[in-house]
This record gives sequence, structure tokens and C-alpha cells, in this order.
Amino acid sequence: MRLIQYAQAIREAHAQLLRSDPRVFVLGQGLWSPWYAGASLKDLDKEFTRERIIDSPVSENATTAAAVGAAMAGMRPIVFHPRMDFMLLAVDPIINQAANWSYLFGGQVGVPVLIRAVINRGGEQGAQHSQALQAMFMHVPGLKVVMPATPYDAKGLLIAAIQDGNPVMYIDDRWLYGELGEVPEEMYSVPIGRAAIRREGRDVTLVATSYMTMLSIKAAEILAERGIDAEVIDLRTIKPWDSDLVCASVRKTGRLVVADAAWECGGVAAEIAATVASKAFHHLTGPVVRVTLPDLPAPTSAPLEKAYYPETSDLVSAVENLLEVKKEAL
Amino acid sequence: MDRISTAVLREMYTHMLRIRRSEETIADLVETGEIRTPCHLCIGQEAVAVGVCSILNRDDYIWGGHRSHGHYLAKGGSLRDMMAEIFGKATGCSRGRGGSMHLIAKDIGILGTVPLVAATIPIAVGSALAAKMQGNGRVSISFFGDGATEEGHFHESLNLAAVYRLPIVFVCENNFYASHMQLMLRRAEDNIPKSAEAQGIPGFRIDGNDVVDVYRATRSAVARARAGEGPTLLECRTYRWRGHVGASWDMDVGVKRNDELRDWMPKDPLARLRSVLTHSGISDQEFNRIEEEVSAQVQEAVRFARESPYPDQSEVRNHVYCMEESKRS
Repeated sequence: MRLIQYAQAIREAHAQLLRSDPRVFVLGQGLWSPWYAGASLKDLDKEFTRERIIDSPVSENATTAAAVGAAMAGMRPIVFHPRMDFMLLAVDPIINQAANWSYLFGGQVGVPVLIRAVINRGGEQGAQHSQALQAMFMHVPGLKVVMPATPYDAKGLLIAAIQDGNPVMYIDDRWLYGELGEVPEEMYSVPIGRAAIRREGRDVTLVATSYMTMLSIKAAEILAERGIDAEVIDLRTIKPWDSDLVCASVRKTGRLVVADAAWECGGVAAEIAATVASKAFHHLTGPVVRVTLPDLPAPTSAPLEKAYYPETSDLVSAVENLLEVKKEAL
Repeated sequence: MDRISTAVLREMYTHMLRIRRSEETIADLVETGEIRTPCHLCIGQEAVAVGVCSILNRDDYIWGGHRSHGHYLAKGGSLRDMMAEIFGKATGCSRGRGGSMHLIAKDIGILGTVPLVAATIPIAVGSALAAKMQGNGRVSISFFGDGATEEGHFHESLNLAAVYRLPIVFVCENNFYASHMQLMLRRAEDNIPKSAEAQGIPGFRIDGNDVVDVYRATRSAVARARAGEGPTLLECRTYRWRGHVGASWDMDVGVKRNDELRDWMPKDPLARLRSVLTHSGISDQEFNRIEEEVSAQVQEAVRFARESPYPDQSEVRNHVYCMEESKRS
């Protein structure tokens, strides 16, 4: 099958949605710029006109709320936030409005809006250009939150999000934009709420979100050379997340490491750990381990950044330490 | 000035009276404890909702906030459905999940009112953007209070609507209070329409207690919007007789309003319209007939609300996600 990059897969999903559904439009900052969205939205305005690809004023709140209103009025908007940090200026329309609307009115009006937030970090950008805030949105009833890790899912989940009919946060990490993967040319969707097993294994379950999936796959390869058979699960959707698949894996392996490149306290990894501890407690043969960012703002200076972001070696040692704990317990 | 027909004026009077009597009844039921959901009454402000909505088509959108009983009824929302919602009943317009502050009547362009101050201003910009893209000629009305003009939502929205020339009318009901805070404690100048000037769109100050003034200003603004000429801001100056929330008149809690109320009550929008109608030949007998008709509707709505069942507890988890929308994809 054809191999394309993650960013191109996002662009292709946009183009196919725009071509096939007149209700779809894109609104947000940087859409006519050569650099804000990388290759992920390149030249869409030239193909689909600037009436449908609307580069907006610097108003995260009003543009996001306008997308919410347009969604209620029959459109299928995609709001683009080239940095998740700046999207915090739009939490009212996302959390108070879009998320609550269906419930508030007894399911009579849905909000079929896709809110795309880019995690855009590294390169000494610092604390306000680096945040991965998926846990905040995972917390909110009424939202769905997807975090594709592969080019295939980047396209399929974007299409699924537009077809879903509910507010979906689509969070993509720029560190994934160059990943190559198999992507069918036709339109297809990846079901929201389903995780995927990226590697089967017997000794330990590695559950990862987004970019950490790639590191987990690499870690599993290193662990295999050392005689440890890790199962890697790519969560893909973090709300509603696939607890059935994760718990089934833990029942098989007895050990769980959760990898999420965001803060530890109150994070996605904490939620998964708590759920597994309550649903599969008696199958666990060791403590649940989290590999996350430390509970600190992102630093700028390169050596500090290196200390801040988890790497493949951190996952490898987390698994090895966990297995050591097991041996000691025996 | 062109003449507005007596039939239209009579219709507006009936709408305003219906809002007034409904809310007086709601106030009584709040006091007896039968209604528990927070109710923000618009008694004294009825001319704004009715003057604006009398211009609109059935499929035009209106967006409101916490104080939206008047908007909902003026646009043609069902009094029975609203009363049942306020009672928390399964037959309510929001199926018992909204209460007074979350009203919906999607068939007549009310896709939901919510109490987060200013929140629906940019959402209204969105329905206007959708209408423009769909080319369906619908106009969006955004109702909000003077407090909302202090939120960033408001200023961002005026700019967005201006830059895209959207079919929307921003209707600020300036009742001079945000909860307990008087307008001039919250801003340096009494100049809400100037915000429009800053965005290069028309902004007008209207006597919000004169339904004819509101009607005429809205008619021009809506005509401008439908012609593709963009948004307008109307500041309708009015006064709420009751407190911020509930049945109270706020006289006893140190919010100093005695003098103001004494000034404003003679400007009662209903009394003013009644006087115009009297000059046009509407008899006391006919006013009595309207009063009886409205009173019967209010009593019927209360009876319906009282007799309706509460939502079943087994349904508490329903509607977090909207299934209807998924089916339409």
C-alpha cells in the first residue's frame, strides 16, 4: 500500500471531507500561512477557496464559539488551533458550551464540531508553546478526544470525527508529522473509542497515547532483544477510551506501564491506572507504572528539555524496573 | 415615520402581556417554593424581546442568556413547554435538563439559551456564518445584557461579524445592572454603542421601553443584515423591576434602587403601548379580553406543568452525546 506522512494524511482527510461534504469548512489561525500547520493543511485555501478555508482574526474564543454555533446551524466546522496552549482562550465554547449542549437540551441539538489542537513543542519554545493538555478535555462529559499516532489513524479518525455528530477534540503532535505509514487513498473512518494493539506480547502491557506510541514500539523492540515480550496498545481515543481492550491485555500480562507525554498529576495515565486497578486488580502482579512528563512547565534550554521529555530508554527502564519489582516480590 | 398597523401593535401588546403575566406567576411560585430552579425575570424589559422578535421570520435564529423567558415567548416558544421545564418536568422544552436558564425551541430558531454571560454572542456569530454559507437568508439575533459587553466574547464577536459582514443583529438590553453592580461602577463611560463604531459597524441607542422604537430599529437592522450589508449593534435602554434572580425586588439587600425604580415604573413599556392602542381605538373591553385570554394561557401552562411527570431517574445518563446528529452524518 501507498506510504505517506502523518501530516499529509491529515491534509488528505481534510481535502476529501471538503470535496464530499459542502457542510465542512475550516476556521482558525494560520490557515493561509506557509508554516502554522506544516504540511497538514498546505494550500487547502487554493483548492477550496478562502470562503471555506477561513484564516481568522486572533480570536480563539469567538472563532471556536462561532464554529460551535455554525455546527448547531447545520454545518460541520473544523476549528484549527495551531498551538494547544492558545486554545485555552477558547475553553468556554469547548467546555461550557459544546460539551454540555446535547445534555442540556435533552439531545435535541447536537454540536458536530471538530476542534483540532496541535501539540507543538520542543525546539526551546518553552512553557507556553509546549503544553499537552489532553487530560483537561478527557475530564469533560460530552466531549470525545482522539489522539492519532499513525498516518492511517490521522486520516481515519479525522473523518470519523466529522461524521460523529458530537464535539470531538482532535489532538495531533507535530513530532509525528514526518512519520511514514500505509494510508489508503479512499475515504475511510477509524472507529472512535477503539484502541489498537500495535504489538502482541505476554510479559507486560504498554499503553501509550499519540507520540508515545512510537516510542513504545521502539522500546518493545529493544525489550524483545532482552527477552521481554511487551504488548503495545495505542490508545488512539482517550475519551471514551477502550478500557475493555486494555483490561483484557492486563489480564493476560499482569503488568501495566502507561505512557503519556503530558503531566503525571491528574493525567490520562492516572485515569487508566485507576481504572485498571479497579477492574483488573486481581490480575496485576506488580504496581502500575506511569511514564509521563514531570509535573513541571516545559523548560527552554536544550539540556533541560532533554531532561524533561521522556525517551525510549525511559520506557525500557520503566519496564525493566517493573519486572525487577516482580522478581523481588517472588 | 411610517405607521405601524394597529393589528401589529395589538399583537405586540398581547405578547408583552403574556410575558409579564407569566413571569408574575413564576415569581409567585418561586416565593411559595413550588419553583426551585433559579429564575431571572425580565419584568419591565418586555418591549425589547417583543419589539425585536416581531420583525423576525419563523426560521430566523435568536440566542439568549439567563434572562430569556421573554425572548423565548416573544419568538413563539410554547408557554406550556417553558413552564414544564421550569418545574423540572419531563415534558419541559429541555426534557427536564435545563430549567429556567436553558430554553430551546429548535423549530422556531431557538437552538438554546445558556446563562454563561456573553457565551451565546459568538455562537450567534456562528449561526450567522452558517446562514451566509448556506445562503438561506436567515438572520441571527444575539440578545445579551450590559454586563456581557464587558466580556471579551462581545468585542471579538463584533469584529468577526464585521469582518465577514454577517447577517446578525447584536441586541444589548442595558438594564443598568450586572447582578448587583450598577453600570457606572463597571465602566468609565456610558457608551455601549461606541463599541460598534470601533468595528466600523452601525450602533444605535434605543429607548428599550418603547416597543415601537425597538421594532423600527430592528426592522432597519434586519433589512441591512438580509441585504448582506452586515451587522448592527442596538443598545436598548431598559430596566428590570425585580432583582437579579428570583422574585425579590432587591430593595432590602442594600442594592440601592428605590429612586431608580420610582423613575422607571412610570415608563412601563406595557402601559405605554396600551396608551398608544387606546388612542388607536382599542376599547377597555378589548383589553379585558386580552387579559383574560393571557391569564387562561398562563393558568393552563401551570396546570400542565404541575400535572406532568418528572423525568425518570433511569434516564439520567441519556443525551450526553447526541444520537440524532450522528444519524444525519
